[in-house]
Amino acid sequence: MNVLYFAWVRQKVGRAEETIEHTPALRTVGDLAAMLSARGGGYAEAFSDMRRLRAAVNQVHVGLDAILAAGDEVAFFPPVTGG
Amino acid sequence: MIANIHIQNEDFDLGDEVEALSGDGTGAVATFIGLVRGDDGLTALTLEHYPGMTEREIARIAQEAQTRWPLSGITIIHRVGRLAVGERIVLVAVGAAHRGSAFEACQFLMDYLKTRAPFWKQEERDGTVDWVEARDSDDAAADRWRKA
Repeated sequence: MNVLYFAWVRQKVGRAEETIEHTPALRTVGDLAAMLSARGGGYAEAFSDMRRLRAAVNQVHVGLDAILAAGDEVAFFPPVTGG
Repeated sequence: MIANIHIQNEDFDLGDEVEALSGDGTGAVATFIGLVRGDDGLTALTLEHYPGMTEREIARIAQEAQTRWPLSGITIIHRVGRLAVGERIVLVAVGAAHRGSAFEACQFLMDYLKTRAPFWKQEERDGTVDWVEARDSDDAAADRWRKA
């Protein structure tokens, strides 16, 4: 899976994207967020409060219960502030 | 009708965009322009977005507007990058046969764009840079368009 980070999520984790292998343990977006948070450091900071984050899978807004598959593009970002 | 959607650094010309929406069947064009507001010592905004998803999400919002109102054209231009106070950020322009549809669709598009399109703003004040927090009032503005 290609995992993308935007705005302060990108700043806290220190990168804009990375490749993460899809495994059975990463069933949902929430599972992936928990795995990333467990890395500690900036990841823990970015993913400490999931209520402050939003996610997209394959460029569509989703909830934490969205199911992941190999090859998905997953993005984590703050609530949007355009316009 | 295909919505005209642009994400760009460059400014846009309102006259040109209104002209482009003006055809024989168009009796009304409603436009909204968002500007960088210089309150509380703000000097500039920097906008970033999620390339690909931004265009797709705005296209979805435009498609939804077309199912709700009879429209002859939609143009949405959203700028990204660093924008100083007074600069234009966003244009939503809607063409329709009559004003009611044009006004309503314009407001609907803007309300949804604020809460769905993946843009993020940073504010510059006195040399410090902070991310803008999303507002509950924007969610409320979008929610009122939900069908009961």
